[in-house]
Amino acid sequence: MKGLLSLLGDYTFRVVSLGAVLMGLISGLIGSFSVLERRSLLGDAVSHAALPGVVLIFLLTGSKSTEALMFGATLSGLTATFMILGIIRFSRIKFDSALALIMSTFFGFGLVLLTYAQKQPNAAQAGLDRFIFGQASAMLNSDLYIMLIAGSVLLALTLMFWKEIKLFIFDREYAHTLRFSPRKMDILLSAMTVTAIIVGLQTVGVILMSAMLVAPAAAARQWTNRLSVMVVLSSFLGGISGLIGTLISSLTVKIPTGPAIVVVASTFVIISMLFAPGRGIISRRWHRKKAVKTYQKEG
Amino acid sequence: MSAAFEIQLIAALVAVACALPGVFLVLRRMAMVSDAITHTVLLGIVTGFFLTRNLESPILLVCASLTGVFTVWLTELVYKSKLISEDASICIIFPLLFSIAIILITRYAGNVHLDTDSVLLGELAFAPFDRLYVMGRDIGAKGIYISFALVAINLVFILLFYKELQLATFDANLAAALGFVPGIIHYLLMGLVSLTTVGAFEAVGSILVVAFMIGPPVTAYLMTDNLKKMIVLSAVIGLFNAISGYHLATWKDVSIAGSMAVMTGFTFLIVFLFVPRRGLISVLIRRYRQRYIFAEKTLMFHLWHHEGTPKEEEEALYKTIRLHMHWDKKFAERVVKKLLSDGRVILEGNLLKLSEKGRQESRRDRRELLG
Repeated sequence: MKGLLSLLGDYTFRVVSLGAVLMGLISGLIGSFSVLERRSLLGDAVSHAALPGVVLIFLLTGSKSTEALMFGATLSGLTATFMILGIIRFSRIKFDSALALIMSTFFGFGLVLLTYAQKQPNAAQAGLDRFIFGQASAMLNSDLYIMLIAGSVLLALTLMFWKEIKLFIFDREYAHTLRFSPRKMDILLSAMTVTAIIVGLQTVGVILMSAMLVAPAAAARQWTNRLSVMVVLSSFLGGISGLIGTLISSLTVKIPTGPAIVVVASTFVIISMLFAPGRGIISRRWHRKKAVKTYQKEG
Repeated sequence: MSAAFEIQLIAALVAVACALPGVFLVLRRMAMVSDAITHTVLLGIVTGFFLTRNLESPILLVCASLTGVFTVWLTELVYKSKLISEDASICIIFPLLFSIAIILITRYAGNVHLDTDSVLLGELAFAPFDRLYVMGRDIGAKGIYISFALVAINLVFILLFYKELQLATFDANLAAALGFVPGIIHYLLMGLVSLTTVGAFEAVGSILVVAFMIGPPVTAYLMTDNLKKMIVLSAVIGLFNAISGYHLATWKDVSIAGSMAVMTGFTFLIVFLFVPRRGLISVLIRRYRQRYIFAEKTLMFHLWHHEGTPKEEEEALYKTIRLHMHWDKKFAERVVKKLLSDGRVILEGNLLKLSEKGRQESRRDRRELLG
């Protein structure tokens, strides 16, 4: 308890935990849409595809500020997304193959640029890869503001296009017949997903970001059939995972923050799959047993 | 053997070894499974290390391969509960296993050389330093023998089970009905993918394994409909990507694995754009042409339908026809111009009328459409 109290007074812990909570809230919100659209894997691809943008911006401007790097990451993430959507639209290649191909190519290109940057005479490139592999403890106060702004924009977009997003996710064809352009909706949703991923990258890193997008949403899905409830719950679960994850990693020696957050979020998934009323595994078993009993009694 | 030659030999062998099972991953729509496995084998390596306390032990390879299969099994367990979709369960399981691996490493193996960066990124340039000695004699880089063994295992597996693989890939239900047990083939294939991943990523890193496994088969998929041809083409494309990537890397002095991935994307791009029939350019040309052909046929049906009716005066008027068809002006002009110059439609005063040639074509189309 004493450790917990002293933690709350600790500046780094406050920044890191706030950052993790914000990241969880944002990815939980946007992740609901990715999961329902069955585009979860896009998160994995986009986070890998961010690398060349980050290094390219650094090579061009020499700046390592979070804003600049995030801008580069968003650009290359978006490019990759549109390439993937373009490949499946114009050829018979399936979504998963296009994802794997574009993701590995972009990441490879990023590595090439990174090694190129490392050959430059000054050592200014040190720490670039940290942006990709995530290092929550290096977060600054200014990073929090960026997250806050990005989060507010995403929330505003969600509220503004709520009806359209809902229609589009559940019945694409119907939305199309009502003259909502599926391509414009694709662009909007992909842009929102890419932003959410880029914002989360520096907390948990490339590999674990996809889990942050998917796990809270998948857990929330088990408890409700309403989109509004699911979005709120998923956001909440994401935020809580961020908080508990940072707490665990601060209170114990040598547990990195990113993986801790992911393990907590995954635990929520397992709990939800087992215990959610109605859909959950235990509840389903119980209902089946009851049904068998009634059947035997009556029949 | 020079170091440069050894590196290229290893890369070429790894590329072929990866492309072979990759063909089936692409055809079975399981491309992202390779991404998941490349990450989770880290957990296998860590577990193997805790069991043996020795980073060189072959037990590590066995553990890593088993973890790959375990990942696939766990993902299937989750999505077969029907609570979470397939793609979402991949996205939950592999980061979870990867996180556990990272936590185990940082907590209990901090002072051991188990560098996560090197696992993920790989460094082909160092491969020639890892020599294999037999009775004290240096017989070449270890990577050569490992990757050669991978090629051999994959080749033997595909040759031995070609019929079963083909059947289970294209029609799993028929395979089951004929008593082939597609489940066993599926897990054998997953085991093979894991083994190849583990063997390959030591040399080239996990991201490149994905590029090698998926890139060449996807490229070949655009070029042929024949499974045998696709397998051969994938191997050849993989070979080309590896060698050209190596030369790109030495020329610009950058990451070898990265350049090979870039070359993978580049060959795909070229094929995607230019291959006949399925390439982007021929698809776009075809779609553009089809749009006009469809419009021409529709206009001719329209004229035919109103031919000789009282409404013809209104419906077939040259000036206003585009309003009836809901076309914009430029498009309508081009369609009508084409029809007039072909002589399928003629202009009589202000009215568009079908010529005998046009009427015959419409009649034939109608028969084709309605039988």
